[in-house]
Formats: sequence, structure tokens, C-alpha cells
Amino acid sequence: MSQPALLRLDKVSKRYGSVQANRQIDLSVRAGSIHAVLGENGAGKSTLMKLIYGVEQPDAGRICWKGQEVHLARPSDAQSLGIGMVFQHFSLFETLSVVQNVSLMIPGRPVELARKIQDLGDQFGLSVDPHAMVHRLSVGERQRVEIIRCLLLNPKLLILDEPTSVLPPQSARRLFETLRKLQAEGMAILFISHKLDEIRELCDTASVLRGGEVTGRVDPREHDARSLAQLMIGREMPNVAHAAPRPPGQERLRLNGLSHPRASRFGTTLKGIDLKLHSGEIIGIAGISGNGQQELAALVSGETRAQDPGMIEIMGKKAGHLGPMARRRLGFSFVPEERLGRGAVPEMSLADNSLLTAHGRNMLSRGFIRRKVERAFTRDCIEAFDVRTPGPDAEAGAMSGGNLQKFILGREIMLQPDVMLVSQPTWGVDIGAATAIRRRLLDMRDQGCAILVISEEMDELFEMCSKLHVLNHGTLSAALEAAQTTPQEIGRYMIGAQS
Amino acid sequence: MKLRLIRRDAASRLAMFASPVLALALTCLASLVLFAALGKPAGAALHALLLKPFLSWYSFSEVLLKMAPLLLIAQGLAIGFRANVFNIGAEGQFIVGALCASAMPVYFPQGDLPLMLPTMIAAGALGGTVYALIAAALRTRFGASEILVTLMMALIAVQILNYLLLGPWKDPRGFNFPQTVMFPDNALLPILFDGTRTNISLIFSLLASVFAYLIMQHHFRGYQLRTAGLAPRAALYAGFSAPRMVWLGLGIGGLAAGIAGASEVAGPLGQLQRSVTSGYGYAAIIVAYVGGLNPLGIIASSFLISVIYIGGDSATVSAGLPVAAVEVFQGLLLFFYLLTFTLIRYRVELDRKVPA
Ligand SMILES: Nc1ncnc2c1ncn2[C@@H]1O[C@H](COP(=O)(O)OP(=O)(O)OP(=O)(O)O)[C@@H](O)[C@H]1O
Ligand SMILES: [Mg+2]
Repeated sequence: MSQPALLRLDKVSKRYGSVQANRQIDLSVRAGSIHAVLGENGAGKSTLMKLIYGVEQPDAGRICWKGQEVHLARPSDAQSLGIGMVFQHFSLFETLSVVQNVSLMIPGRPVELARKIQDLGDQFGLSVDPHAMVHRLSVGERQRVEIIRCLLLNPKLLILDEPTSVLPPQSARRLFETLRKLQAEGMAILFISHKLDEIRELCDTASVLRGGEVTGRVDPREHDARSLAQLMIGREMPNVAHAAPRPPGQERLRLNGLSHPRASRFGTTLKGIDLKLHSGEIIGIAGISGNGQQELAALVSGETRAQDPGMIEIMGKKAGHLGPMARRRLGFSFVPEERLGRGAVPEMSLADNSLLTAHGRNMLSRGFIRRKVERAFTRDCIEAFDVRTPGPDAEAGAMSGGNLQKFILGREIMLQPDVMLVSQPTWGVDIGAATAIRRRLLDMRDQGCAILVISEEMDELFEMCSKLHVLNHGTLSAALEAAQTTPQEIGRYMIGAQS
Repeated sequence: MKLRLIRRDAASRLAMFASPVLALALTCLASLVLFAALGKPAGAALHALLLKPFLSWYSFSEVLLKMAPLLLIAQGLAIGFRANVFNIGAEGQFIVGALCASAMPVYFPQGDLPLMLPTMIAAGALGGTVYALIAAALRTRFGASEILVTLMMALIAVQILNYLLLGPWKDPRGFNFPQTVMFPDNALLPILFDGTRTNISLIFSLLASVFAYLIMQHHFRGYQLRTAGLAPRAALYAGFSAPRMVWLGLGIGGLAAGIAGASEVAGPLGQLQRSVTSGYGYAAIIVAYVGGLNPLGIIASSFLISVIYIGGDSATVSAGLPVAAVEVFQGLLLFFYLLTFTLIRYRVELDRKVPA
């Protein structure tokens, strides 16, 4: 190989306070290669990508672009070289429309940009309404906007930090086709994912990070998912055999013809949703996001009030008119799909984030915050759920994505709810931790908790749930026994081919 | 080559103490040059601006007198600001507070009303609160921006003041000046230190600061307000009622401004007159932000700003500085203070070159 690598990192290190996020990393990416970076939550993947994209600067080491050493002081430096990046946490302005967001980075008249967005969307199966307001979009749709915005800049190297963790399987397929086309045109792609099957299918090289260091460089096509996972976590993968569910007990959550008009042109109207959830049972809601998942979750959690109190019953009580706090007092808890800014306040410490929903657990005395109790709860949560963080005083915004998810899930489980709604439980969580989270949920079920899971991951739903519903265009299918249905059948419901 | 700011991992302790000193030094340097260029005695000017407020007990007591309303209003406003409730019209609530308090002595000019002072303070508090809550009602009911509403209501308050002073409340024996009767003695706040004008409203303000500190840093209600400001969707998720935050944020700001207004007429003014609109309500916004919206920081910033006000007054008199030069000096000090304050949180780095 005579031509130098497109991008080469030479002993690059980065430290945040007491955390050595990257240590002496060597990496080289060729043009036309799809290069995977894998590792556990907190291994330093996102940090490394931020160094390459100029968001952060390395403490030591060199970054070379086409053989020349470069110093990237800010993302625009990286962009001018031809590096594009889609972040794990989105960077769109919620109060602007899609075109307006795009036009902040890309010159051009709005009308033209809107056309280009539509064209690219059609071409790559990333369709999104250019004039939709971003705050109305689901997480999956926001990601599409981010990817389109990057592609509009014609990058030579595209960095995708967990692009598929929020994409429904169908869109992921189309994204892969897109990526292969781009690869054929000579683009290099850095691809981060916790889904090892994807990496094996798509990537030609994989660098494995553990504790901030490169611990392996392999051709993923020559390994199976199990051995990749082992490389990643440095030990044998635990086996997940779980007891069969006992027959369900008393009814804990009931939706009675739950209907709700959409809040805006881009929302989804929910139409007559019926559902019964019992103690000791996990029910899954499958479907492509944007079909009413957000609206349904907000109605069940109380963030949106139902039009009629009787449309939602929690623990046998009418709850449609109650707010989130009152529903928690009935024994309900909720893990939302967005972690930063909804499930947690980024600028606050983990301890203060415990207070957000766990204040009822003896953390207040006459309204004053009992710091000791707050910290003890947080420390227990960090320990019990294997959250990798310096401690209860760490800011939530500085945590790696997967670790924050573990913390939020842990906090909600520690509330010992009788009914739980979990939205996308394992988005962006590494497979070791994802397995642990699913096991936790199954344990909760065995202890009698009633759990409703909204997820786009078919495997996950089939692994945990006894019954499945499919949400499509705001309508919920009848319950399907998980043991008597197939992913194919669910898939047909998802695209509305069966009802 | 360019400069850029990098956020520090932790605020540097040394910088925290060094920054006000550095700001002062830079201001002195810059204004020495400025005053010399104006042909004014630079040394004397600086002396008047910075040292005079501390040189006599009386001028220092004037600093404390100014500080009382600034501190009280800023504490109230900061609570709202941290919840993203932007009450810009504290001046209006201050005026309404002053009006409501003045009603007692105006209708009982002989002081023949039991509990005169407490009634006045309570009336001022109520007036300021209700006046601010109008904006809360419009915001929660119709989504009207509280920034615009409070600002416009401040203008309305000035007109109500003018109407009362030119019409029904004008002192019949006041040579047609737009002012009310002088208040009777039992309508005046007790003086804190003999021979000065500093009254017990300073104590109110300090108590309010302690209260604000406890609420914002240690009470669940303050936590809810902060959450609403930092991450509205998280507040919604947790179930903290957004309208309640608006009512609270505006109500507390109005309450503080109303009490400050009542204390102003029952304190240094001793009557209701037009000069009650001296801009405390607007200055308090600066005080709140210079203090970093932190209850303790606001104590320091209200003191600092009061010193530059009093120093400025004395410099125009004793060093013959034009008012504009004093304002430039005050602006410089604020500018350098904010600059050095930024350096506590960020460090400056030189950009290394980037190949094209
Ligand atoms: N801004 C920051 N301040 C302090 N610590 C940070 C910051 N950003 C990241 N870290 C720490 O650096 C480590 C690596 O984080 P990074 O986000 O790179 O992990 P990751 O491999 O992307 O994990 P995930 O799969 O969960 O996204 C973590 O321990 C994290 O807490
Ligand atoms: Mg990451």
C-alpha cells in the first residue's frame, strides 16, 4: 500500500479530570474502508471521535490527515478537511425547523436546501419533512436529519457515533446500503455501534477499545459476535437463560380506548388504544418510532394528560387526569427514551439527578433536601447497576451515553415500582450491559412488577415479553402471544400490511 | 493566530479571589488614561470614585442605603431567572409597591392608623406581588411573553404614579410639586445607625438573602425551579408543574420589588415623589447576573454596584468629573469584572495553526 492512510492517529491521549478517557491510541483509517470502533460503555469511543472531529483536543499525540500532521481546534477545521460527524447525542436546535437547522451549517437558499433534503432522503431512505419543527420529531427522525446534514457536506470521512442504536431495523438496512454506496465512491467511514452483528456485516476493520486503550484490531468478518463481545469486555459473556414467566397476577395498568389528537401537524393521533398489563408480566410494544410511541409514552407517564380520566387506569385507579408525580405515588415509574434533558438534567450531579424522581424516598425533610440520603441512594444505584463514573458528584452531562442509561434505569427500578414503562431500554448500551439490563427487568417481573416495554428491537422484545402489540399510525394491534408469532409477522404489522 | 476560551474542569480558587482585585486594577489603569485625556485630575477622580465611599462613615452608610433595595430586588429576580422566568419589569412592581404603601400615610396623614408601618410594608408586598402576577396569569393562560408584559407594565406603573401625584394624591400645600404629603413619623422605617439614613430595610434584604440561599440551594422547591430552568423537559418528566414555576418565579420577584418600593417611600424619601423611579428595578437585573444568580454572589455584587453609584455621585461633585465620565468608569468596572469573572470558568488558549 503506497498511499498513506487517510487518517492516522499516533499515541493520542485525553484525560478529563481524574478519568483517562483515551490512552496512547493508534488508529489508521484508509479511504474506502468502513472501520468499526467497539468497546463497552465508557471505553472512550465518543471521546476519540470528538478528538478527530476537533470538538476536543488531545493532551498528547498526533493526528495526521493524508500524511500531514494537523491540529483541529474546532469542528469547522475538521469539516474543511472533509470530516463529518453525527453525534451520539444530537446537536439540533429544537426551536428551529429541519431546514433552518441544516442552513446553520450549510449555505444555500432554504427552498433549495429543502429540495436537497428531500432528494437525499428519498435516495437513502432517510425521509423527513424539511419543514417540520425539530422538537416535534422522534429521536429516530432527528438522527435522520443529522445524517442528511452531514452528507450535504460531501465528506471524505464520515464519523457515525452509534447511528443505528436509534434507527428501526428497516431504516438501518437502508442506511447500510447508503454507507456501502458511499464506500464504493471512496469515502471512509468510522462506525461506532454496540450491535456486533451489524459490525460483522458492514465493517472491514474493527478497533477494540477497553478502558481507553486499544486492546485489539481485527477483521470482524472473521469473528462471530460472541468472540467480538469477549474481546470487548475482556471476559466470557454471561449466558442468559431465564425462568419461564409464571402466570400473570392482578391487573396493574389498563388503557381503555385511549385516544388523543395529535399536538401538531407532525405528531401522531392515537386511536382507541386498548391494553391490559398484569403483575408478573412484560408486554412489548413494537413498531417503527414516529408511529405514536412518543405520544403514547407521554400519556401513560402523565406528561400529557388524557382527555378522560378513565382512559388510563393504574393499580385499578382512574389516572388519566393525574400528573407524573401523582402517578408515581400510585406505584408507577418510567424510563424515557431521551436521557439528557428529560431523564436527567445534564448540568446537575448524579446525586441531584436522583432527586428528580426519587425525592419521595425519604430524601426530603420538611421540603429541605437530605443530602446524606440523596448521596447514599445514588451510591447504591451506581454500585447496583454498574454505572462507571467517578461518583455521585459527577455531572450527568459528562457521563458516557450507556452509563447514563444504566443510571436512569437503576434509579427508576430502585423506586420499587408496581408498574413500569420503559422506553427503548437498551439504546446505546453495550451488549454486556444490555444483557444485564434485560436480566434486571426479568427479575423485576419475577418479583411481580408489571412492565410495559416500548422498543424497536425485535430481538429484545422476543427475549423478554410474553405478549406483543404493534403500534402503527397511532393504532395498536391486538395482543399477540410472543410464543405463537414470528418476527416476520410482527414486521408485517409494523408496515401496516396486516391488521 | 486567534484566542479561544476553554472551559476549566473546576473553577480556580485563586482566580475567584484574584478576579475582583484584578478587575479593579485594570479599571483604575484604564480610567487614569481616560481622565488624563479629559484634562481632569485623575488622581483626585479615582480617589473620589473608589475611596470616598469608604473614607467617611456617612458615605459608607449611603452605600448600605443603596444596597438594601438592590439586594432585595436582585434576590427575588434571580429566583425567577434561574427558572427561566424573565421578569424584566421589577421597576414597575417596585413603583406599585411604593404606591400601595403610600396609600396609608396619604389617607391618614396624622399617623392615626394603628400598625402603620407593618400595614404599609404588607400593602407594598401585596401590591408588587399582584402586579407581577398579572404577567404570570397572561403567560400561563395565553402564553404571552412575560418579558414583554412585565416591561410594558413597568411603563404603565409610571403613568399611574404620575396620575396620582399630579391629581388626587398631590400635597395641597406642596406648591404644586408633584409629590404627596410628608409621611408622619410612624410611617417611617427606624434608622439603623444614628446620624445616617441607613434603615432596617437592609436587615430585610440580608434576611431575604439567607432565605433565598436556603430555598435555592437546599430546598426542594428551589431544586424544582432550577430544574425548570436547566431542562424544562426533565421538569415535565418529573412532574414539576410548569405553570406553578411561572407563578412562583414572578410572584417572588414582585414580592421582593414591592417590599423594596415600600421601604423606599418609608425610608430615604419619606413621601411619594416622582424620583421613586430611580431605576433600582433595572439595575437589580445587572446585580443579579453579575452575582451569577447565586444568593451569596448577589450580596457581593449589590455591594459592588452600590459603591460605584455612590463613588460616582461624589466624583461629579468633588472632582468635577462629567456625569458621562462617571458612567464610563462604572461601565469599565462592570466590563472588567465580567471579563475576569469569565476567567474563573474558562482559560484562554492561543490557537495553533491549522493547515489549509
Ligand atoms: N466532558 C467530560 N467530562 C468528564 N468526563 C468525561 C467527559 N466526557 C467523557 N467523560 C468520561 O470519559 C470516559 C469515556 O467516555 P466516552 O463518552 O468516550 O465513552 P463511550 O465509549 O463513548 O461510551 P458509550 O458507549 O456509553 O457511549 C467516561 O468515563 C466518561 O465519564
Ligand atoms: Mg459514546
